[in-house]
Amino acid sequence: MERDDIIEYSLDTHHSEEEGVKARKKIWFVTLLLSVITGVEVALGSIIHQDSPSWPMVKICFILLTLVKAGYIVMSFMHLGHERKALKYVILIPYIFFIIYLIILLLTESIYVGGVWSKYGY
Amino acid sequence: MAEHAEQKNDSKTAWGGKISPFNASYGKLMMWFFLVSDALTFGGLLVSYGFTRFNAQDAWPIGEETFNSLPFLGHGYPLIYVALMTFILIVSSVTMVLAVEAGHRMDKKGVTKWMIATIIGGFFFVGSQAWEWSHFIHGSKFGKIELADGSQAIVKGHFGEIANFTVTEAGDHHKKGEVITEDLLHQYHHAILMGHLDSKGIIRLHDGSMAKVNKEHDHIDALVIKKNGSKYHMKVGTKGKNITGSEAEKLYTEVITSGEAHRVIYGADLKENEYGPQQYGQFFFFITGFHGFHVFSGVCFNIIILLGVLKGTYHKRGHYEMVEKTGLYWHFVDLVWVFVFTFFYLV
Repeated sequence: MERDDIIEYSLDTHHSEEEGVKARKKIWFVTLLLSVITGVEVALGSIIHQDSPSWPMVKICFILLTLVKAGYIVMSFMHLGHERKALKYVILIPYIFFIIYLIILLLTESIYVGGVWSKYGY
Repeated sequence: MAEHAEQKNDSKTAWGGKISPFNASYGKLMMWFFLVSDALTFGGLLVSYGFTRFNAQDAWPIGEETFNSLPFLGHGYPLIYVALMTFILIVSSVTMVLAVEAGHRMDKKGVTKWMIATIIGGFFFVGSQAWEWSHFIHGSKFGKIELADGSQAIVKGHFGEIANFTVTEAGDHHKKGEVITEDLLHQYHHAILMGHLDSKGIIRLHDGSMAKVNKEHDHIDALVIKKNGSKYHMKVGTKGKNITGSEAEKLYTEVITSGEAHRVIYGADLKENEYGPQQYGQFFFFITGFHGFHVFSGVCFNIIILLGVLKGTYHKRGHYEMVEKTGLYWHFVDLVWVFVFTFFYLV
C-alpha cells in the first residue's frame, strides 16, 4: 500500500505538548468571546424593543456581532486562519462575492415587489 | 511542518507533480468544497427569507414575542431559550475543537473524552429544537383572532384557567351531569375553532354533547393588529393603534363566540400560523428543520468516528485527521446556527 507519489499532509499536523497548551488557551479564549457576544446580543434584544427609534442601530449591531462570531468560528475553530493563503482565499472570496451579490439583488428586488403589491394589491 | 512539500517546490520540480498548492489532504479539501456548497444552500435560504420578509404586507413576527418561553417556567423570558440553544451548540463546537487538538497530540483518551462530550451536546441541541418545534406548533392559549373587518390581531393578556366542563346535554360518550376534567384546553380550542362556543359559555364537544365551561375570566390587555382590515390598522409610526380596554375584551369575546368556524388560529402548521404571515411558519419549519437535520447527521458522523477512535483505527493510521474532517462539518453546523439565530430570532 506504500505509495511514494502521495504526500501525506495529514502527518504534518501533529504538535507537541507545549504547543497543545498554547492551542487550548486560544480555544478557551474564543469560547469566552463567543459566549459573551451571544449574551450581549440577548441583553440588547431584551432591553431595546423593536418599536424604539434606536432599533435599526441595534439591528446593525446584531449583524456586525454575528460576523465577528462567524469570523472566529471559521478562522479559529475551523482552522482556516492557519491554512495556506491559497486555500483560504479559494474558499472565502467566491463565497463572499456571491453572497453579497445575492443579498443586494434579492433585497432591492424585494423592496420593489413589496412597493408594487402595496400600491396595486396582490 | 510540511517540509517535504516545501522543499520540492522549485522551478525544477514544479512541473513534476507531487506538489499541492493548498498543502492540505484530499479528504480535507473535499470537505471544504462540500461545506462551501452547503453554505450556499443555507445562504440562499436565508436570503430568500429576507426577500419574503422585505415585501411582506402584514406585520412580520417579533422574535422576542414569539419565542419567549422556557420549559417548566412558562412565558416572559424573551429569547433566553434560543440563546441557551446557541450556547449549547457553541460549547459542543468547543469540545469538538478540543478533540481535534487532542488528536494532534495522538492522545486517544483525550479524543474519546471530547468526542463523547460533543455528541452529548449535539443530542441536547436536537432535543431543544424538538421542544421548540412542539411549542411553536401548539402555540399560545389565546391564539390569533380574525376580526369582523378582516384584520387579524394577537391577544395580550392573562388567560383564565379552565376548571372543568359540566355536561348539560348528553352526547355519544358523555352523560348529563358528568364533569370533564381532562384535556380541557385542547377541547376548548377545538370547539372555538369549529365555532362551537356560544356567548353563555356552552360548548359542543366532539361527541355532540353540550357542556358548560367553568373557567376564570380572561383578562385582555390589548389586541395587537398584525394584518390590516377595513377598520383596524397595524401600528406603524403614527398610523393605526392597538385596541385596548373594554373594546378589546368585547371584540375578543365576539370572535370566539361568533359561531363561525376558523376565526381563531392556534399555533402553526404549513398553511397558517398565529405568529405572522403564512411564509413565516414555512420558513421556520424549513430553515430550522434543515439545520436540525444537519445537526442530527453531524451527531451520527461523530458517533461513527468515535467508534473508529475507540477501535484504534486512527491511532494505527498515525493521525487523527478523520476527527478533524468531521470537526469541520460540526463547526459548520454551529456557524450556520449563528446566522439563523441572528436573522430568524434577533433582527
